Parts: sequence; C-alpha cells; structure tokens
Amino acid sequence: MAIEKHILDNGLTVLLSESHRAPVTTFWIWYRVGSRNEVPGITGIAHWAEHMLFKGSQAFPKGQIDKQIARNGGVMNGFTWMDFTTFFETLPADRIDLALRIESDRMANALFDPEEVALERTVIISERQGAENQPTFLLGEEVVAAAFRVHPYHHETIGDMCDLETISHEQLWRHYGSYYGPNNAIAAAVGDFDAPRMLERIDALFGPLMTRPGPQPIHRPEPPQRGERRVNLAGPGSTSYLQVAYHVPAASDPDFFPMAVLSTILTGASGMNLFSGSPPNRTSRLYKALVETELAASVSGGLPPTLDPYLYRIAATARSGKTPGQVEEALDTEIERVLKEPISAEELETAIKQTKAQFAYSSESVTNQGYWLGYSSVVADIGWFETFLSNLEAVTVDEVQRVASAYLEPRNRTVGHYLGQAGAAGPGLSGEEATV
Amino acid sequence: MTGSFPSPESITRAVLPNGVIVLTYETHGSPSVVMSGHLWAGSLSEPPAQAGLANLTAGSLTHGTETRTFGQINEALESVGAQLGFGSATHTVGFGGKALAEDLDLLLDILADCLRKPTFPDREVAKLRGQILTDLERRAHDTRRMARLTFNELLYPDHPYGYSVNGYPETVQGLDRQDLVRYYADHYSPQGLVISVVGAVPAQTVVDKVAAALGDWEAPAAQPNRSIPPAVELDAQRRRIVAVEGKTQADVIVGWPALARNDPDFMKAYLANTVLGVFGMMGRLGDNIREEQGLAYYVYSRLEAGLGVGPWLAVAGVNPANVERAIDGILHEARRLRDELVPGEELADSQAYLTGSMPLRLETNEGISATLVEIERHGLGLDYLQRYEGLVRSVTAQDIREVSLAYLDPEVYVLAVAGPPVQESR
Repeated sequence: MAIEKHILDNGLTVLLSESHRAPVTTFWIWYRVGSRNEVPGITGIAHWAEHMLFKGSQAFPKGQIDKQIARNGGVMNGFTWMDFTTFFETLPADRIDLALRIESDRMANALFDPEEVALERTVIISERQGAENQPTFLLGEEVVAAAFRVHPYHHETIGDMCDLETISHEQLWRHYGSYYGPNNAIAAAVGDFDAPRMLERIDALFGPLMTRPGPQPIHRPEPPQRGERRVNLAGPGSTSYLQVAYHVPAASDPDFFPMAVLSTILTGASGMNLFSGSPPNRTSRLYKALVETELAASVSGGLPPTLDPYLYRIAATARSGKTPGQVEEALDTEIERVLKEPISAEELETAIKQTKAQFAYSSESVTNQGYWLGYSSVVADIGWFETFLSNLEAVTVDEVQRVASAYLEPRNRTVGHYLGQAGAAGPGLSGEEATV
Repeated sequence: MTGSFPSPESITRAVLPNGVIVLTYETHGSPSVVMSGHLWAGSLSEPPAQAGLANLTAGSLTHGTETRTFGQINEALESVGAQLGFGSATHTVGFGGKALAEDLDLLLDILADCLRKPTFPDREVAKLRGQILTDLERRAHDTRRMARLTFNELLYPDHPYGYSVNGYPETVQGLDRQDLVRYYADHYSPQGLVISVVGAVPAQTVVDKVAAALGDWEAPAAQPNRSIPPAVELDAQRRRIVAVEGKTQADVIVGWPALARNDPDFMKAYLANTVLGVFGMMGRLGDNIREEQGLAYYVYSRLEAGLGVGPWLAVAGVNPANVERAIDGILHEARRLRDELVPGEELADSQAYLTGSMPLRLETNEGISATLVEIERHGLGLDYLQRYEGLVRSVTAQDIREVSLAYLDPEVYVLAVAGPPVQESR
C-alpha cells in the first residue's frame, strides 16, 4: 500500500492511501491525547471528552452526526485509549465529504452543552459499571495499577469512579481547548478516492482551523521494577483467572520487534482486525502448556504497541477445579524454558508467517487500514507501519533470546489472581415468573 | 451502485450430485480467501436432557480425524496463518475459515477431513467438554448472557429455541464420546450442505476443488434435520428476574415472538426495527434511553428472524436502580410505533441507511461470503442484492404501524432481567 504524508500549515498531519478494491472510503482523525495525559482527579476525562464530540457541534447539532452518517449508509465511531483519542467514518466512496465536514467542524466547534455533560456522566458511569460486571476487567485494572506506580498508564482509560462522579464541565472544556487542535492531530484517509483532490478538500476544511496548546509532555516515566508484585482478588463466580504482566519497551524501541515474535511464539499471533478477535492460536507454547494440559480453559496474550513502555500481558481462565496458582506454575515452567533454550528457527519462521497472514486479512478493509495508519503515527511514525513486516523478518533467534532474558524475569512482572468464590445465579427477590 | 454487487451473472452456484451446494464469487486485490457455510446438524435434533450435544460434536470435529490429530490439524493451519472453526446453532452447524489464496487446497482438505472422518478421541472430547463446562460457569455470573438465557426460556418453554445451544452443566457433564459418534452418524450429511468461497480464485476452480474435497462424500444413514419448530404464542406477560451476586449493572431484555425470515412481513418488521433500535446511535431507543435520559451505555433492538419464528427484542444494560425506567422507555417506544405513523423523513432515513450501507457490508471477502450463505439459507435468490433496494423502499409508514400493532404489544411481552439482587419488587 502506498502512503502519502503531508503536513498542513497549521500542523495537521495528513496520511492518504488510495485503495480501489471496493467503492468505500474511510476517514480518521487521531488526537495525540489519551488517558496517558490524565492526572488523579480527572482520570477518564479523555474518554468523556470523546463522548461529548457526539453531542453536537455548530454545524452538526446533537444527534445529527450519527443520523447523517447512517442516512448516507455509513458507519462511525470514536475510541479513546492510553495514547490517543480517535474518530472515524466509513462511507460509500462518493459520500466521504460528509466525514471531512463533521471532523473539521467538531475539531473547532464542539458545543459541550452543560446539560449534555450531565446526561453523559450517567452514561459513562453505566459504561464503567458494565465493565465491572466482568471479573477479567476487575483483575486487569488491579494488575495494571500495580505494574505502574508512577506512570499514568496506572489507571484505566474509563477512569476511576470517584473522578467520573466529580469531573466538571469546566475541566472537560479545558481538555477540549487544550488538545483538539490540528497541530495535535493526524487525519488519515484510505479508500476509493483521488489523493490530490482529497488533499485539496482536507486543506480547504481543516487548513483554516486554529492551533491549540497541545499536550504537556509526560515527565513521569515508570522506574524499573525491583521485585515481583502480586495482587489477589476474590469475588463472586466459580471461575478463577490468572493475569501476568511484564514491563516491555515502547513501539519505537528496536526491541519491540523481537518481543513481538516472542509473544507470538508464547501466546500466538494477534488479530489485526479492529472488529474481530485474535485467531485461535492453538499451536502457541502456552496453549499447549496450559490448555492442552487441562489446567486452563483458555489463554491469550497482548503486546499492544504503545508510545511509552507498557506491558506484555498474559491472561488465562483456570478450568473448573483448577486454581490460578496451578496455572501460574505451568506458565512459569514455559517462561523458564524460553529463557534457557533458544527458540527454533522453525518457530521464528512460523511466527513471521502468521503475522504476515494477519496483515493480509486486515488489508481487505479500508477501515482497518485507516486504523493502522493513524495508530502507527501516534505511537511511532508512519514508517513504523511501512517497515513493520521487514523489521519482523529481520528478527533473529539470538535477539529473541536476548529480549526474553531482558524482559521476562520475575522481578519485572506483576501477577494477579482472581479467585471465584462461587454463589451462583438464583431467582431474584421479586420471585420467578412474577406477573405484574 | 447495485451494478457492482454480486448478481446472478457474477455469482456461481453449483449443486454437486451428493447435494452439496457450492457458491462462489471472485474478488481481486486481496491475497486472502474466505470460506463459510453450514450443514443441517444443529441442536434441533438433540434431546433436552443432552442439551449441548450438537455443540460439543461440532467443536470436536477439529480435535482429531482418521488422518490427523488435533495437534496436526492446528500445525497445518497455523503454520500458514490459516484458520478453520465449527460451531453449532439451532438449525445448523456453521463453519468458517480463511487462508492466503495459495492455501485454499489445504483449507478444503482439512475441512473435508473434519467433516468426513472425525474420530472424536476420548481424551479430546473430555478436554473440550471441560472448557465448555468452565464457560458455562462463567455464564452463570455474566448478566448479559443470563438475561438472554432467561429470555429464551420464557419465550420458548418446552421448545427447541428455548434451550441453550451450549447446554447446561448438568446436561454437558454426562456427554461422552459415544454420544458424539452417534450424533455425528445420525445427522452429518452432505445433503443440503452449503459452502461459499470468496476470494482471488476463479469460480470454476473453486467448484472443482470443492467437488474434489466433498463430492464423493455419501452418508446415506444420516438424516439432515430440515424441520422447522412450531411458532409460539404469547397470551400473557412473562417475567423473571435473576439475581447475579456481586454485580454493579443489570441487563434487561424486553421482547416478543415475531416472525420467520421468509415471512411476507419480514421487510416491514426489519424497517420497523431499524427505526426502533438500530438507526444512528441505536434508533429511538438510543435517543430516549441513552441520549435523553442518560440511563444506559448500550440499548438497542434486534429482529432475529430465522428459519422459524424468532424473537424481536430490546436490550439495555443499566444501573439496577434504573431497571424500571429502562423498561418503561422500551415500552413507550413500542407504543409510539403503534400509535403514530413514523414521519416520512425518519422512514426515508432508515431506508437510506439499509440500502446505502450495503457497499460496506460487501467490502470484505468475509462480508460477501456471509451474504451469499444467507441468500442460500433463506432462498432469497441470486438476484436478491439487485432487488434489495426496491424491497426496502417499498415499505410504508402504514406498514411499520401494522407490524408494530401485530408484534410489539406493550401489555403482553417477555421480560428478563439479570443483575444484582434487588431489594424491592414492584
């Protein structure tokens, strides 16, 4: 895929990639702000601000964005994560101008109506409560918080409940005013368009927008971990879970690539499709060691590319009758093995092939491609995406061995257990089949 | 726009002598190939005391064949980044796979191996059964899944649609290899099996390859189950609240028995549902319950019209204190669809959405393949995508009112709630 990169006078980065497979175009705007930029007291504010961008702007009053996109046969959404806040629309190719008009208007003219802020507070609290219903969310939140004592990756993007109850309209407005400028944003278009004309149109709509201050640099790097950390949770449910998180380098660090190979060997290839999960990965080492041996019902791994050093996270669901401790013991044996013996050349080759196939599958959808263009630019640069496969192919057995020793040591990790304490579902107090 | 959609001219449909139906559509520009389809061995045929049998049988197909072990199947697929999986639904066992186009032969070879020569090794069956049992334990503490399970039980008592396809701990626990071997022998047949292949492979090549893989499969003793269970009637409100300890949010489902996919009213109800709980940020339900009242992060409605009469339901995840308000909001919107004609512009919006979004649905090989299988499953005709826009545009505001009056009774409905124990009942 050929990618053009331009920077407008006001600092907006523009990435364009023509793809004429299907009459469809996607348009993404990425802001370099996420929960990484939050401090205690306003955790969750980046995500909340993202929600407010659907609540009306000058040219698109409340409810207009989703209705106009749907009316034109498109889909749209917004996401916030640690390093970014992003919005996209995917439309039949001849309608894509609507996306450009929406994004340019809400970059500068979002309303943040106080009444809407108040209504959205309960929606976001409901979003957090829904997540809290999942033991894996509760455990993940504790593990990550323990792993990051200093760096703001410490808290979940959804934010802490106390902050969701108290964040004010003024704080949200200040967040918007600081971070939603063209100089802090990336526009990415992929699909069935003519690049020069697309650039011209982006320049016409976004070019006049004023710059904004942009994020303050983060000065709180996580200090090296000096010993294993452990969290033990107990809660309802008869199922128990294990999560293990190792500190690993950022996306832009050369070690990221051998680490990606290592994670593929241990827990399998990551799916690159935004809207579907990972492949089954039944040949990974940990699947064989934990699931094949009937200790765990499932195991998965995650090594998200991030701006600052983050985590390689392994998650397993203990099988009925097994404890997280038993699963952990078997996991440790596998970790020790990868530290002691080099991986085989065959494993290396397979890991690379699997990742290549995931790339190929993901290239079918312009929405996925737009996602990866923007994502790469936020956590590293566009070259990171363009050279991803060649960097992966260059990884050697020795390098994998080296990163295994460097990062998969006990003192560099946080281990979390969630122990289900039974108490199954039963009829509610209002009784079965009560008829009103 | 419809000119570029798959059509009778560009879709190839072939029926092999043993009853296998092959659908294929050639695309270019992506190095991958996608395969999907189904055969008639769903949970419809299992006795209630063995709920979960069809699902365990389907899941076990990849766990060992006469020529490959579970490990060998996984190695063969994953070493080239390919995937293949089976899963049961009520009527059919579905399968899906993808690979780089150059590996289509391998994918078909393994598909045929799993479908024709599974061995259901004891050890593998036990392993998979344990994974399913663990999942069923998780389900008991998952409010979304418990609400849906409860809803199905209430709407379809003593009916195949009322049982969980995954089964229940007490029914899955006792399933063993012999049960699977028998279920397979009785129900797995090429007769009526549908397979769709979409990607950068010429149509005739696909048909030849599928014929080579599945064309000589005969299973005369097996009975593919094409029966349709009877429709259900709802004469009084049914409600059940399930307490799930230690949760912070409740899931609410309000629904009704609706119609089958081939019902003449389908498109009218489909439009009505789009207005109710799909369009934009989840239709009128989203406007009312999320946008105006701020009660829920998710609220939407679905029309699950299948081979038999499926449900029409609205789903919301809310704070336990807001359960009654959410139910009231859902019923209010049902009433409004019955009492007032949908304004012309709002109807036009939903029609534009349904027709305009088709290019997106057909963007990927996966999307095209799923659409071809759906067309075949419901006998919609290979020209369906050409007729689709006309069908959508022909629905009137009066039609929407009529189907709402017919199906969305605000007094007689099924209500299922799963969430933290409540202190008071109303």
